[in-house]
Amino acid sequence: MCGIAGVIHRDGTADIGAELTAMLQAMKHRGPDSTGYAVYGPADDLVVIRFVLAEPNRSTGFGMEERLARNRLEVEARLAKIGAEVATVTSDTGYAFRATVRYSGELKPLADYLEDVPGCEVLSLGSSLEIIKDMGDADTVSDQYGLGSFRGTHGVGHVRMATESEVDLASAHPYWAYPFADVAVVHNGQLTNYHQWRRRLEQAGHRFQSECDSEIIAVYLAEKMSGGLSLETSMKDSLDDLDGVFTYVCVTGNELGIAKDEMAAKPLVLFESDELVAVATEEVSIRTLVKREVETRDPYEREVLVWQV
Amino acid sequence: MASVGSRSGVSYDARGLVEPHAEMPDNIEVDGGRARFDATDLTIRQINMALRKLIYNDGIVDVTVLNPSSKHSLAVGILKRCRIHFEGSPGWFACGLIDGPEVTINGRVGWSLGENMMSGVVVVERGAGSLTGAAIRGGDLIVKGDVGARTGIDQKGGTIIVMGDVGINTGFMMQRGRQIICGNAGQNLGDSMYDGEIYVAGKVSSLGVDCVGGEWTDADTELIERKFRIHGLGDPPPFEKFVCGKQLHNYDALEPSERKLVI
Repeated sequence: MCGIAGVIHRDGTADIGAELTAMLQAMKHRGPDSTGYAVYGPADDLVVIRFVLAEPNRSTGFGMEERLARNRLEVEARLAKIGAEVATVTSDTGYAFRATVRYSGELKPLADYLEDVPGCEVLSLGSSLEIIKDMGDADTVSDQYGLGSFRGTHGVGHVRMATESEVDLASAHPYWAYPFADVAVVHNGQLTNYHQWRRRLEQAGHRFQSECDSEIIAVYLAEKMSGGLSLETSMKDSLDDLDGVFTYVCVTGNELGIAKDEMAAKPLVLFESDELVAVATEEVSIRTLVKREVETRDPYEREVLVWQV
Repeated sequence: MASVGSRSGVSYDARGLVEPHAEMPDNIEVDGGRARFDATDLTIRQINMALRKLIYNDGIVDVTVLNPSSKHSLAVGILKRCRIHFEGSPGWFACGLIDGPEVTINGRVGWSLGENMMSGVVVVERGAGSLTGAAIRGGDLIVKGDVGARTGIDQKGGTIIVMGDVGINTGFMMQRGRQIICGNAGQNLGDSMYDGEIYVAGKVSSLGVDCVGGEWTDADTELIERKFRIHGLGDPPPFEKFVCGKQLHNYDALEPSERKLVI
C-alpha cells in the first residue's frame, strides 16, 4: 500500500520536518514498517552527506560498537584522502550519520569510495538534500533524528508497508538518485519493467542500493535531467518508459513534481495555494497541515505537475 | 485488555485493534429530533458511535456532523431512513453500505464514496476521488464537482450523477444502473460493461471494450429530466447515450441447465 506526501513552500522556509511528520503520521495506517524523509534545508557551500554504517536491526551485538567506530574513522579518513575537508560529522543513532564537507570534485567517485567501507551506504549527497529513514512510524523516526526542528523549503516523505522486499533500511524510501546531487523520489505503486530498466541503467554505469523498483525512478529521472532535460519533461517521458501502476513525487534542489500513470490506479490529492503546495496519498494527511476546509483535487491519469520554490 | 495511547489520541489494544474503549463524545447538542456535534477532535470510531446511537437508539432523524476533517469511513452501514449532513469534507469510504439515509456533504469526499450503497441519496457539493459509487446497488449518488477514475466500477443498480468530469475507466464492468455525466469522460468509458446506461454530455476520450453508442428513447429523456428535477439540478444538457455492445461476455452461450430448458 504505502503512503507518500510532499510539501513545497513558495514563500520561504518553514518547519518542514514537523510538517511532514504530521502528514506522514496521519497515514500510519498505510504503512507502519518504515518512514523516510527527503528534506531540503538552506543550501550553502558545504556538501551534506547522509550515510549509514549498518542496518538498524543489525547495529548492535558483540563487537558492533567498536566496528561502527572503526568504520566511521575509515569514512572520515577516506573523505580526507579524496580531498573533502570535513566540517562536521554527527550521529543521532550510532549507525546513521550526517557529515558536512567542503568538496568540489565529482560526486560519484566520492559516493563509491565511501560505500567501499564495510556496511557503508550513502543515503543522500547534495548541497541541501538530506534523506533520513528508519524503521517505525513518523513520530518515532522524527524523534530519533530530531526532525521536529528541521527548517527548509520543501521535502517529501514516505510511510512503507513492506510487500515485496525486506523491512529494512535499504528498502525504505525515499531514494536518492545516485550519483546525482539533490534528487530524490518517493513512490507508491509497482513497476512491471523494473528489470529491463535496471539492466539499462546499470549498463550506463549506475549502481542501485536496493532491489526496490522505486529506486529506478529516481535514477531514471536524474539521468534524463543530467542530459539537459527539465524535470517536467523527464517526468512526462517516464509515463511512456515506465510500465506499471504508480504515483510518484520527485524533488530536486528547487522543484517538486508529481506524476500519475495512465491507469490512475494509485491515489494522490493535491492542495495548491500561492504560498504552499501539498500533496499526499490521502486528504487526511493534508488536513494536518491546512486545518480548514480547502479546495483539493485528485490529479487525473498521465498528469505531470511541477512547482518551483 | 489494557490499551495504549498514541500522540494522535487513537488508542490500540495489545492485539493492535484500534480504540477498544472509545468513549461516546460529550459535545452532542440535541434539539427535538435533530442533533449536531463537532467532529474536529473526535476519532473515527467516536463519530460513528455517536451517529449510530443518535439514529438507532435515540430516535434522532436529522444529524449534522461539523468538521469531519477528511476522516475515513464515516456514516458507513447506516441502515435506517434518516438525514445526515456533513458540514465539511469526509475522507475515504464515506457512506458505504448505507440503506436508506439521505446524506448531504458540503465539502469534498475521498475515494470510494458510497461503495456498495443499497438505497438512499448522497449529494456532494464539491468533488470526489476515484471509485465513487463502486458497486452501488441502488439509490442516487450525486457529485456536483469532478470525480476521479473508475466511477461506478461494478455498479449493480442505482443512479450516479456527476456534474463535472470523470476519469479513466468510468463504468468499468458495470452490470446495471445509470450514470449521468455532465462533463467530460476519460479513456475507456464503459469498458467490459455487462449492462446499464451511461449518459455523457461532454467529450468522451475513448470508449472501452464492448461499449457502444446507444439508441435514445423517450424513457431516457424522462429519466434524466426526472432526476434533475428531483435533485434541483437545473435543466439537463443534451447527452449521448452509451450501452453494452453485448459482444464480450458470451451472451448467446447458454448454461447447460438453460440449454435443457430451451431444447
